[in-house]
Amino acid sequence: MTTKPRILEIRQKVLKQNDLLARELRQRFKDSGVFVVSLASSPGSGKTAFLEKTLRTLSATYRVAALVGDLETDNDAVRLARARVPVKQITTGTLCHLEAAMIERSLEDWQLDQLDFLFIENVGNLVCPSSYDLGENIRLVLLSVTEGEDKPLKYPTIFNTSDVAIITKMDLAAAVEFDLPAALANIQRVRPGMEMLTLSSKNGAGMDTWLEFLTAARLRDMPATATFHS
Amino acid sequence: MHELSIALSIVEMAEEESERQGGARVTAVHLKLGPLSGVVKAALESAFGLACEGTILEGARLQVEEVPIVGFCKRCHVERTLPSMQWFVCPECAGPIEDVLRGRELEVIALELEELEVPR
Repeated sequence: MTTKPRILEIRQKVLKQNDLLARELRQRFKDSGVFVVSLASSPGSGKTAFLEKTLRTLSATYRVAALVGDLETDNDAVRLARARVPVKQITTGTLCHLEAAMIERSLEDWQLDQLDFLFIENVGNLVCPSSYDLGENIRLVLLSVTEGEDKPLKYPTIFNTSDVAIITKMDLAAAVEFDLPAALANIQRVRPGMEMLTLSSKNGAGMDTWLEFLTAARLRDMPATATFHS
Repeated sequence: MHELSIALSIVEMAEEESERQGGARVTAVHLKLGPLSGVVKAALESAFGLACEGTILEGARLQVEEVPIVGFCKRCHVERTLPSMQWFVCPECAGPIEDVLRGRELEVIALELEELEVPR
């Protein structure tokens, strides 16, 4: 018996399943009139504090909810629930990122058409989340002033695949001698034209600009459904 | 580190294809990898070996073709290959490159199969 080698061309994206599912989710979000925002950052960049403040402020006017990815604990979900909006934890175990299938499963018992905004907090990680489309309208990448100005150069992929960069913990900028112009220049180096915002969840500086940006982005993406809810 | 789950997806894809081809043994997988895929080549290569164990891909080779980032320069009005993923500017005019055309690839291009030939 002999063997016969041959080459078979297949040309398939490795993450095809995820991409297809993300596309379906995106359509579902659009049909339901919910604007979806995902957040990626390093651990400890102030993602949860930022999200808590955002949910709290936004919920006065809009119907909002959040999905929170975390390796083990539900601490973040508990913190966010203080904002009195629906929050669901996605425990990923050892997985370092969220995938579209996890989002789909988590949404099973939620009425999407009852929401105006859905936030998806990814696992604290600047590498892996960049590969997975979750069907979101916009992807935010957060960078805190304590992490240093060169973070965008170290993790160009997540910055290049995100839509908005948010610099957090600005209240600490002076204490850590954060060079804001350098940080902004580094972001523009890896993603020219990227929308950039600076804020402090602690003292609230910059939150108004962020919320204005967000509501305008929703209006732009779904003009027909952007009605006022109270 | 999500290279192991990526490697498992590759193995799964190859297994399905092998099944369609009558259970042929897969001896190599050809992969196209862009710098913006978020996947590290070396980590993927070691994860691939693990992922193949006990499957029809046992011992298979992972042939990675690394492709560069290609963007569109609006000033020059041409496609440009970018030498670095830390600098999205046109290498000719230094204008910003906002549109990335290629560089996110994570694609299985081909499989090398070994079929048993039944002697006549």
